[in-house]
Amino acid sequence: MEYVNPEGLRLDGRRPMEMRQLRAEIGVVSKADGSAVFEMGNTKVIAAVYGPREVFIERVQNRSQQMNDQALVRCEYSMANFSTGDRMRKPKGDRRSTEISLVIRQTMEACILTHLMPRSQIDIFVQVLQADGGTRSACINAATLALADAGIPMRDLVTSCSAGFLNGTPLLDLNYVEDSAGGPDVTVGILPKLDKVTLLQMDAKLAMDTFENVMQLATEGCKAVATYIREILLEHTKQLEFRRGL
Amino acid sequence: MRGVQLSLNKGQNLRLERALDKLESLSSKANSDASVTVADDISVNYEDAILKGHGTTELDGRVVATLCGVVERVNKLVYVRALRARYKPEIGDIIVGRVIEVAPKRWRLEINFSQDAVLMLSSMNLPDGIQRRRTAIDELNMRSIFEENDVICAEVRGFQHDGCLHLQARSQKYGKLKTGQLLTVPPYIVKKRKQHFHYLDQYGIDLILGCNGFIWVGEHVEVRDDMVEDQINKSDQENLNSGNTLSSNEVEEEAYTPLDTRQHMCRIANAIRVLSTLGFMITVELIMEILNLSKSLNLDIHEMLGGEFHVLVAEKEAERRSSLTKKR
Repeated sequence: MEYVNPEGLRLDGRRPMEMRQLRAEIGVVSKADGSAVFEMGNTKVIAAVYGPREVFIERVQNRSQQMNDQALVRCEYSMANFSTGDRMRKPKGDRRSTEISLVIRQTMEACILTHLMPRSQIDIFVQVLQADGGTRSACINAATLALADAGIPMRDLVTSCSAGFLNGTPLLDLNYVEDSAGGPDVTVGILPKLDKVTLLQMDAKLAMDTFENVMQLATEGCKAVATYIREILLEHTKQLEFRRGL
Repeated sequence: MRGVQLSLNKGQNLRLERALDKLESLSSKANSDASVTVADDISVNYEDAILKGHGTTELDGRVVATLCGVVERVNKLVYVRALRARYKPEIGDIIVGRVIEVAPKRWRLEINFSQDAVLMLSSMNLPDGIQRRRTAIDELNMRSIFEENDVICAEVRGFQHDGCLHLQARSQKYGKLKTGQLLTVPPYIVKKRKQHFHYLDQYGIDLILGCNGFIWVGEHVEVRDDMVEDQINKSDQENLNSGNTLSSNEVEEEAYTPLDTRQHMCRIANAIRVLSTLGFMITVELIMEILNLSKSLNLDIHEMLGGEFHVLVAEKEAERRSSLTKKR
């Protein structure tokens, strides 16, 4: 199948290096400490953060897991039944969602200053409302926004974006059709300020030099997401401050 | 924006936007570039010695924020004041909390902090008001003082060596809160003041603005210092008890709250809810102003939570703040 036509346009009319439209909204769950909705094109993800709060002993399987000098970060990823074209009826806790929960947890744990909140836990819940490829990235971006909204101290914002390689062209921010083409899909998560990579996933083979190009492209995408997220957060903070008044 | 759940029509939306724009223009002169987000650089003069406070970290010799909030500078100290975050206790703060566990010699309270707070049996006054060592019997009778799910008002005593937060309630004004309702608001909109207990005498209502964002609106209870008054009352009470035994009916009568008071409680609670969804600072004066506004408009209690009233409050607040700045 032709994923990039001779004019250099993709199936949804984007250029190879073009991202889908981003949209973010903060404060969508009123009872949560922090929450956000993040959209990348037709992919829509909601994230809610609770905490830092007291550790629930009964929930922690192993008591030694309750660390005395830093916060415990938990993450739960789920997909709404209506998020995909064919309504899925999978039981909760299948392999895919367990894996993504783990990935998100590890990525967020790397940037949260857990040592500032000893003997507490932070719960991150992310749910995919509409799936159109790149859910992993969208979840990480939504979780970052929600954590920042909850006032949890972080080293840096984590942003994520994916890139692929189809028809001999590196493509930024794959959608569902491109994702299911079976080509390589590189998901990258970076700390934009520190200029470090915290997440790198690829489930296919790719030549060394093309991989570098694809990763470079994904990193550029992450930086674009970071600029957008920063804008949204600053706007939100200003809004809260002036509404509060003196 | 937290108020998005409001259902507003086009005109109301426009008016709300206009009021908020006005508020923005009023505050923007004071601190336009003080807001930062995570990983933003904070501009400081590096020649001066500076102290990095909360919400800041150092990266390649620059000061970087780790929170979203407002940069505050006090002499050498530079810190970021977080807006939406959990409560951060300070010694002497008055807080409202809910008992979640009765443990040996202590109660555990949920106070919207990252851990549960601890109220020791020894750091509160006994109901009989006598100062003495707490015995095993006192410990067994702890549930007669506070039970699980009771709402309590107390003061922050400080952090213990092991990092626990301890509370104290060594005065008659602290203790169990009955006949009223508990509201939770984000802690950053509760203004810290000398006085957090308010008695609204025209309505017979007590209002406690807990620094942790838990607000209590309840029927007024007469605060009496047991230690002084008990000796006087004891003889009276003994007479009463021996003379006429209070029938259970009369006791219930005493616990009954008049409808009028209850309506006022709901009105005040709704005023606080409106302020909290709009994200405005919560003070008694402002609450009373909104209460009077709702009364002057002859609004029902439930109508206060509608979109129109939110818009009116926003407009009124914009007017109030602009008149304040004009005076200066």
